[in-house]
Amino acid sequence: MSSNSRYSNPGPSSPRVAKAFWATLKRDLKIAIRHRGELANPLIFFLLVITMVPLGVSPSPKTLALLAPGMLWVVALLATLLSLDALFRSDFDDGTLEQLLLSPQSSYINVMAKVFVHWLTTGVPLTLVAPLLGVMMSLPEAGYIPLLLSLLLGTGSLSLIGAIGAALTVSLRKGGLLLSLIVMPLYVPVLIFGASGVRAAIEGFAYNTQLAVLGSFLALAIIAAPLAIAGALKMSVNN
Amino acid sequence: MAWQWFHRLGSPKWFYEKTTAWMPWLLSISLLIIISVSIWALGFAPMDAKQGNSYRIMYLHVPTSIVAMAAYYVMAIAGGIGIIWKMKLSNMVMKVAAPIGAVLTALALFTGAVWGKPTWGTYWVWDARITSVLILLFLYLGVIALQEAFSDQEMADKASAILSLVGTVNIPIIYKSVDWWFTLHQPASIKMTSSSIASEMLYPLLAMIIGFYLFFTWALLSATRSEILQREIKTKWVKQALLQKA
Amino acid sequence: MANSKDQQALAISLDNIACQRDERQLFGGLSVEINAGDVLQLLGPNGAGKTTLLRCLVSLSQPAVGEIRFNGQPLNQNLYAYRSQLLYLGHLAGIKSTLSPAENLRWYAGLEGDDVNLEERIELALKDVGLYGYEDQSCFNLSAGQQRRVALARLYLSKARIWVLDEPLTAIDKAGVAKLERRFAEHSASGGIVILSTHQDLQLDTLKQVDLQDYLPTPEMLLGGL
Repeated sequence: MSSNSRYSNPGPSSPRVAKAFWATLKRDLKIAIRHRGELANPLIFFLLVITMVPLGVSPSPKTLALLAPGMLWVVALLATLLSLDALFRSDFDDGTLEQLLLSPQSSYINVMAKVFVHWLTTGVPLTLVAPLLGVMMSLPEAGYIPLLLSLLLGTGSLSLIGAIGAALTVSLRKGGLLLSLIVMPLYVPVLIFGASGVRAAIEGFAYNTQLAVLGSFLALAIIAAPLAIAGALKMSVNN
Repeated sequence: MAWQWFHRLGSPKWFYEKTTAWMPWLLSISLLIIISVSIWALGFAPMDAKQGNSYRIMYLHVPTSIVAMAAYYVMAIAGGIGIIWKMKLSNMVMKVAAPIGAVLTALALFTGAVWGKPTWGTYWVWDARITSVLILLFLYLGVIALQEAFSDQEMADKASAILSLVGTVNIPIIYKSVDWWFTLHQPASIKMTSSSIASEMLYPLLAMIIGFYLFFTWALLSATRSEILQREIKTKWVKQALLQKA
Repeated sequence: MANSKDQQALAISLDNIACQRDERQLFGGLSVEINAGDVLQLLGPNGAGKTTLLRCLVSLSQPAVGEIRFNGQPLNQNLYAYRSQLLYLGHLAGIKSTLSPAENLRWYAGLEGDDVNLEERIELALKDVGLYGYEDQSCFNLSAGQQRRVALARLYLSKARIWVLDEPLTAIDKAGVAKLERRFAEHSASGGIVILSTHQDLQLDTLKQVDLQDYLPTPEMLLGGL
């Protein structure tokens, strides 16, 4: 048969796990870039809500500076939450989600690739925009570096934990609000340590404890969350 | 041998028949304890030096908080067993534990607020313990909402089991974080009088906790039993059991 | 086949399978042995449980009763080996409409960890399903039948030996169906397995048929003797 070489197995090939990870990563990045418009939405939301704060509370720099660390963190958290519903939705609708789960590679790898892209396309931009909004919130100078660092570490955990909620609700047509309801309580520790790191820096204290704790949250989430996400996705496609 | 026991426990029918005899006993003993301890605690336990009589609501607040917390673990462990061994019965226990736990948590919050008014002069204080209980309530509400959102029972069970297991990993972290947050912001004037508790106050409290655990067990079992009847309605034995009742 | 000695044996066995959907029993007592070289066609009216059975066969769901074994071992104990050999086309095409056909196929090849001569093989596979010239168009612009063909191009690209196909011939024209039939025959001749559901008549020597109507649940099953 002339076509044999096309179909026959070449034998055990090099690191397949890495290839699966890269394939999913590249695919999702490409899709994200083609839907550039949607990438900006969480950022615009972030900007809008922060604009509401002086309008609703007070434009006095003193008041704003007091609120800044907490507000910036809370709104970044909400912006992440809003972007989560779309994480697995289109994959679920077009059937690529079940194909992804049928891959011989452990779903851990593919799930990690998807969540990593989510972090790259929401967590990282939110982190980069945050200092700009810090200026609008009269954030004192000492707060900028800790704000960047805490958001960079914290949004990783937010993406991972949020993905559990997204995976649990992806098969429900109206999962959006439910998703926020089940994920938000789980965000409490990240919020506490993220915001308090910024506040500590403003008040002139060391903030490395808070960063270390955020780092350990992230480590724990990287180990454990993909298992829950994969389990939840298996449940969601099994209907 | 052990496995045989395990499988029998997993059978809703066996469970239903076995527990029928326990139910009136559990209910009457737990009510007896709760009522008699209430009389003891309200009428005979000494008055608190600082708080006067208002401390007595502790006899409701502390047991409900403790059992509300325990109920979450009961729910999560039942969910875990349901996922790993695909045991029908434990999925039912998980499902019914959530609303019971949520009611207990709400009760703990309410009694805490009532206790707060005379002690702190306000119904709500962002105290570490109260904040943690509030978040526990949110965790319960999340599990209940998720359970309700699915039309397929099997999916609902799996989803809420995963969520309650994730919650279990998170609860200690949440509690520690809230504790840490509170020590940062704690104003000096508000402090719980938890240094030491006189044994005349302690014994009724312990008895009350036992009473609440027994009452929780009764509520959990009776809710599980009605869940069993609902889910197994098509089977012969349920039809017979219902006929016998009627 | 001459090259069969370097390929391990393939055998899927269904042992007394019963499936249910929304608490309703669809069929029961289904036992089938599927060996290398078999083409198995599932028949039955709509709602008979063909899709449900195929989803059990790819381990996306579990049968209510019975066991599916791959090479003698239960599926869930042998999942990696099984899935390394598996290609599944569900009733959702599994095609991202934002991406081009070539990009979609590249992702599937990546999941298989396969990158030998990939670009050339993708081009050939797309040519085989009549999509030559469309490889860099976004799938969004393709017709329903063409999108289906993108998914079918996997049959010319993948190295998987077990194909589980849910209605692969819908929205495909006559010439396309004939071509796919030849592909099935080729796959079966080289020692692969095809399990598919379709209402069309297939002209294949190695065809086996299972009609789910022959396995309707017995009254005892329905009344729940459990």
